[in-house]
Amino acid sequence: MAVVLVLADHLDGKVRKTTAELLTIARSIGEPSSVFVGANVSAAADILGKYGSQKIYHCDSAELTDYLVVPQAELLAQLVAETSAVAVLIPSTPEGKEIAARLAVKTGFGLVTDAVDVQSVDGKIVTTQSVFAGSYTVKSTPSKGNAVITVKPNSAPPQQKPAQPELVAVAFTASDLARTAKITASNPKEKSGRPELTEAAIVVSGGRGTGGDFSKVEDFADSLKAAVGASRAAVDAGWYPHTSQVGQTGKQVSPQLYVACGISGAIQHRAGMQTSKTIVAVNKDEEAPIFELVDFGVVGDLFAVLPQATEVVKSSKG
Amino acid sequence: MNIVVCVKYVPDAQADRTFNDSDNTTDRTNVAGLLSELDEYAVEEALKIKEANDGVVTVLTVGPAAAADATKKALQMGADKAVHVQDDAIHGSDAGATSLLLARAIEKLETPPDLILTGMASTDGTMGVVPTMLAERLGLPAVTYASELTVTASSVSVRRDGDIASQTIEASLPALVSVTDQINEPRYPSFKGIMAAKKKPVDTWSLGDLGVDAGEVGLGSSWTTVESFSARPPRQQGTIVADEGDGGKKLAAFLAEHKFV
Repeated sequence: MAVVLVLADHLDGKVRKTTAELLTIARSIGEPSSVFVGANVSAAADILGKYGSQKIYHCDSAELTDYLVVPQAELLAQLVAETSAVAVLIPSTPEGKEIAARLAVKTGFGLVTDAVDVQSVDGKIVTTQSVFAGSYTVKSTPSKGNAVITVKPNSAPPQQKPAQPELVAVAFTASDLARTAKITASNPKEKSGRPELTEAAIVVSGGRGTGGDFSKVEDFADSLKAAVGASRAAVDAGWYPHTSQVGQTGKQVSPQLYVACGISGAIQHRAGMQTSKTIVAVNKDEEAPIFELVDFGVVGDLFAVLPQATEVVKSSKG
Repeated sequence: MNIVVCVKYVPDAQADRTFNDSDNTTDRTNVAGLLSELDEYAVEEALKIKEANDGVVTVLTVGPAAAADATKKALQMGADKAVHVQDDAIHGSDAGATSLLLARAIEKLETPPDLILTGMASTDGTMGVVPTMLAERLGLPAVTYASELTVTASSVSVRRDGDIASQTIEASLPALVSVTDQINEPRYPSFKGIMAAKKKPVDTWSLGDLGVDAGEVGLGSSWTTVESFSARPPRQQGTIVADEGDGGKKLAAFLAEHKFV
């Protein structure tokens, strides 16, 4: 069966949910093997095996993490050649898309980004994407059969298929070009303790209507164990960091539930959340465009509505 | 300092964007187009660097005839000259082919750039891969998603804000840098700028001018094939209630009913 390489997304060996999703998807088009970059592969091997990795190619060379993107693309190109992989699945993060981009040029494989589904149909790989702010669904196939695909989080429920993967250490030396964009400083962000925005099942976002006070939004989010997002207006005003921005120029999310608080719902924002399964909004303005999208909406002041909702949710949880 | 800014002409995101039934390509003629919003930040950054360093800014685009509007806007903002790669055979090109055309155009410029700037992604395809593919083809370092950029005569230093950490990345010139919408506030063209733009040089190059074979670009050369497209049915509006002192309770009830609690 055809080999599909999956680039493992992890932090110090702790494998993220997206990797389990990618391995699950990889199994519908071939036999997955994981590629693990960095230290602590032993911590990750269990999960990577649980979701079906036949092999785990691992490499801990400092070059892979000190330099931006290129060494990882080169490593993957090397493994593609060695394994004759027909596809490489990479998480749809900014870094993941860049690795995919360079890998596609190196291999000539078809490049599909932000896939929400990957299937094998009549022996061909078929990807599904949601485009134009979610208004169209597109199906594509790689022209020569081989593909590099970046997959969005929350695209497939992870399903276990335990395997006993063989750990294969890979020898790798980065090229000179690979050593040209160096990461010279890294300031880790404070962990909020909340789920990551693009992976969360529930997202609660705040906009201009918060007036800069996100406390009610955050309390409500915490009662639902949700991630917190922000509209562009809120980010531009300096109320919340850019990494929380949901919208055309920020992140595109597709959670099970999206709650927009004090957000008018301009196209720029809608482009970032329109494909959420259930959409709820709270806004003082009954004419706000966001209400055109909602499954449920409250016309009211979020400073009154959210705390009341938070209390009910918390007490129902006991 | 010689700077090239790559820009894209895209269908207006506020309009009803769609595909051509004939060949599943993006409809670029029946929808009004404009300079991609994210590219404005790249143009602005180029202009700021030019003003501080005494440089020349060339704006480059690959696109149909109407794409001249995108380069025109950049010239009006203050870019010095424009190059527009245009050829019917380019229709239906994918990101790979676009990056190839941009690379060949850059290689053809009289003076090689010290710095290539781009937006972080287009607002139509939103792949965000062309900048990196272009750097790959030119054999250059790419420092992407810059929210802050410092340039010296020989290097660049970028701050990029990721989810887990805020990083500083450095590279020597020549390099490619893509910028986010956090990096600056793009200027509006002044009246003077609009007038001056009319006299600025615009070169239009075909495939023949670039030495690129028609078989390397366009629909037929694409590494992926769009098999089908379908419009998602518009969302039906659900229930809207007014808060009469119980809005929060109703919200919580909805969530419970739908098993989110």
